[in-house]
Amino acid sequence: MPSYDISYTQRGLGRSAEAQPDRVTMRLLIIEDDRDAADYLVKAFREVGHVADAATDGEDGLAMALDGEYDVLIVDRMLPKRDGLAVIGELRKKRIETPALILSALGQVDDRVKGLRAGGDDYLPKPYSFSELLARVEVLSRRRGGRNEETELKVGDLHLDRLSHMVRRGEEEITLQPREFRLLEYLMKHAGQVVTRTMLLENVWDYHFDPQTNVIDVHISRLRSKIDKGFAQPLLHTVRGAGYMIRDGAR
Amino acid sequence: MNQASPANEKKARPLSGLGKLFRTTTFKLTLVYLTVFALFAVALLGYFALNTRRLITEQITDTVNAEITGLSEQYRLGGIRRLVLTVDARARRPGSSLYLVTTFNGDTLSGNVTALPPGILESSGWIETPYRRLDETEAGTQPTHHALVRVFQLPGGFRILVGRDLEERERLYDIVLSAGRWSVALVIVLGFGGGLFVTRRVLRRVDAMTETSRSIMAGDLGERLPVDGTGDELDRLAENLNIMLERIEALMHGLKEVSDNIAHDLKTPLTRLRNRTEEALRTASSEAEYRAALEGTIEESDGLIRTFNALLMIARAESGQARDDMEDFDAADVARDIGELYEPLAEEKGIALRVDAEGAAILKGNRDLVSQAVANLVDNAIKYCVAPDRPADAPPLEIVVRAANDGDLVLLTVADNGPGIPEADRARALERFVRLEQSRSLPGSGLGLSLAAAVARLHGGELTLADNAPGLKSIIALPRAGPLQMSG
Repeated sequence: MPSYDISYTQRGLGRSAEAQPDRVTMRLLIIEDDRDAADYLVKAFREVGHVADAATDGEDGLAMALDGEYDVLIVDRMLPKRDGLAVIGELRKKRIETPALILSALGQVDDRVKGLRAGGDDYLPKPYSFSELLARVEVLSRRRGGRNEETELKVGDLHLDRLSHMVRRGEEEITLQPREFRLLEYLMKHAGQVVTRTMLLENVWDYHFDPQTNVIDVHISRLRSKIDKGFAQPLLHTVRGAGYMIRDGAR
Repeated sequence: MNQASPANEKKARPLSGLGKLFRTTTFKLTLVYLTVFALFAVALLGYFALNTRRLITEQITDTVNAEITGLSEQYRLGGIRRLVLTVDARARRPGSSLYLVTTFNGDTLSGNVTALPPGILESSGWIETPYRRLDETEAGTQPTHHALVRVFQLPGGFRILVGRDLEERERLYDIVLSAGRWSVALVIVLGFGGGLFVTRRVLRRVDAMTETSRSIMAGDLGERLPVDGTGDELDRLAENLNIMLERIEALMHGLKEVSDNIAHDLKTPLTRLRNRTEEALRTASSEAEYRAALEGTIEESDGLIRTFNALLMIARAESGQARDDMEDFDAADVARDIGELYEPLAEEKGIALRVDAEGAAILKGNRDLVSQAVANLVDNAIKYCVAPDRPADAPPLEIVVRAANDGDLVLLTVADNGPGIPEADRARALERFVRLEQSRSLPGSGLGLSLAAAVARLHGGELTLADNAPGLKSIIALPRAGPLQMSG
C-alpha cells in the first residue's frame, strides 16, 4: 500500500498558521489496473477537491482519454491489454497533449528516461506518497497555463527577473547564488503550489536519486533567510509532510 | 544417422560406450586424417611403381636396340653365316637375351626361343609375347614366360627377333605393389588404433568434466573441474571454467548474504512499524496521538522504501545493466555540483566543505550514478567526521571533494580530517549493511559505501578507503574510457 499524508489538506484542524495551496479543481484520469490503488487515488483526489475517473486497462483508458476533457492523466506503466507507454504514445500520435504522469514499479533511471521519451511529462516510481503525486499533478496541470514564458515572476512584493537575474523584495535588492536563483525561480514559477523535495532535486539540481540526508532543507533555509528575514510577511512556507510552497500569505 | 524408430534407439543403448567414442570430434578428425594419409600413401606408391616399371622398360628397349644394331652389323660384315654364329654364341651365355633368326619363309636358323605365338615374326615394332626358352627342362609345350621383343627385317628376307625377359620387371612391380598394400594397411591400423587411444583419453577427461559439472549442477558449487597440469587446451578450458565457477560461487555467496541481510534489515524496521501501530491501537486515546502514530508509521515506511531503493540500485549496478547508457561527462562538474549541494549542510554542522576540481576530468560513465556515489561519500564524511568526543581545541573540520586526472584514471576523492576509520575496519566498512560501532546511533541504511563501491565496479573502477592522516580519504578511481566490455 502506498504511504500517504494529506495533512496539509485538512483545513482548520488547528493548523491555520500553515500555508494552503491555491487549489483549482482539476479533472483527472487514473489508468491503473490495481483496483484498490485506483479507488484509493480517486477518493484521495476527491477529498482535496479534484474530479477523478479511473480506468483499469489500457484500452478503456485510451478510449476515455480520447473522449474526455482531462487536465492530467495518471498512467500506470504496466497495464493489461495496452501498455501505459503505448497509451501515451497513441494519444501523442493523435495530437492529444494532455499532460501525463507515469507511475511505475520499476523505478530505475533508464526506466524514467524511457517513460519521458515515450511522451510522458513526469515520472513517479512506486511506492509513492500521495502528497508527492498530488504536488506533481498540480504542477503538471498548470504547466499549460504557461508561466514559463513570463520574464518576470512576482509573489507579493518579491520580484524575480529571469532575464537580468535580479531579485528584489519591495525596494531591497537581494543577491543570490546561481543555484539559489534557480531554486527561487522554480518555486516562484509554481507559486501557490506545493513543491516536494524530490521535485526540487530533479528540477533544480537535475539529480534523480535520493540523497540520504535531506540536503534540500538546508538550501531552503538559506534561501529563506535571504528573502524572508526581516520582513513581516513570510513568503516561503514549509508544507508539513509534503514540501515547500511560495505564496503571498497576505491574501 | 537419424534413427527414428524407438526400437533402434533401444538397441543402440548398450553400445553407447563405443557409440560415444565414434561420435567424438577427435574420432571424426582421426578418420578424416586417416583417409587423407592413406590416399597419399597410395598415390605415392602408385607413382613409384609406375615409374620403376617405365624405367625398366626403357632399359630393356635400349638393350634390345643395341643388340639389333650389333647383329645387323655382323650380318652386313659376314652375311647370314656370321650372324648365325654370333647368335649361337650369344644365346648360350647365361642370362642372355632372347634371339631368333629365321629365313624369309619362317624357318628357324638359330636362336634360343620357341613356342612363340604364330604371326609374331610378320609384325614389326615392340611386342609383348609369351615364349619358352629352348634350353628349359621340359614342362610341356606351353609358353611360361613373357618377354618384350622386337623383330627386325634384314636385307635378303631374313628376320631377326631380339627380346628380353620381363620377369624382373614384373617381380619388382609386385614388390612395390605389395609394399604399398602393406603400408596402407599399416597406416589404417595404426591410425585407427591411435585415434581410438587418443579419443578415449580425451573422452575420459571430458567425461570427468561432465561428471563434475553434473554434480555442480546438482548444487555442489564447491566442486572444481579436474586439471591435470599438462597445460593443453583441455586444461586451459578447465581452468577458465574453474575461474568462472569461482566467480559464480562468489556471486551466489554474495546473493545469499544479501538476502540474509535484506531479511534482517527489512525485518527490523517492519517489526518496529508493526509494534508502533499495535501500540497506538491499544493505548492511543486522542486524535493527536493517533495522528502521531500514523505519521511515525509513514516515516518508518519511507525509511524502508529508501533502504529497498538503495538495494535495488546496488543490485542493478552490480548486474551491469546500467552500462548501456553510459556517455562522456565531466567528473569535475560532478565534484562541483555535489560540493555545492552539500556545502550548506556541512556548514550547518560546522564543517568547511571545499571543492578542488580545476579543469575538466572527462570520463565515460553514468553521471547520475557517479553523482550518487560521490554524494554518499560526502554524506558519510559529514555524518562521521564530527567525533562525539571532539576536543574543543581541535583544528577546524574540513571536507575536500576533489576530481583529478591520473593517467588513464579519473580520481574522485572525498577527504575529511575527522576521526577516520581504523585500518583494520576499512575493508569491512565497504560491506553491505555494515555500520561500524561508532555509527550505530546515526541514521542511515548502511548501504551508502556499498552503493559507491558498486558504482565504481560498474564503471570498471574501484572504491578504496585510505588514511588522510588524520581522517578518512575515500577514493573512487574510474577508468576514463569506461568499463572494458568483457568479451568471450
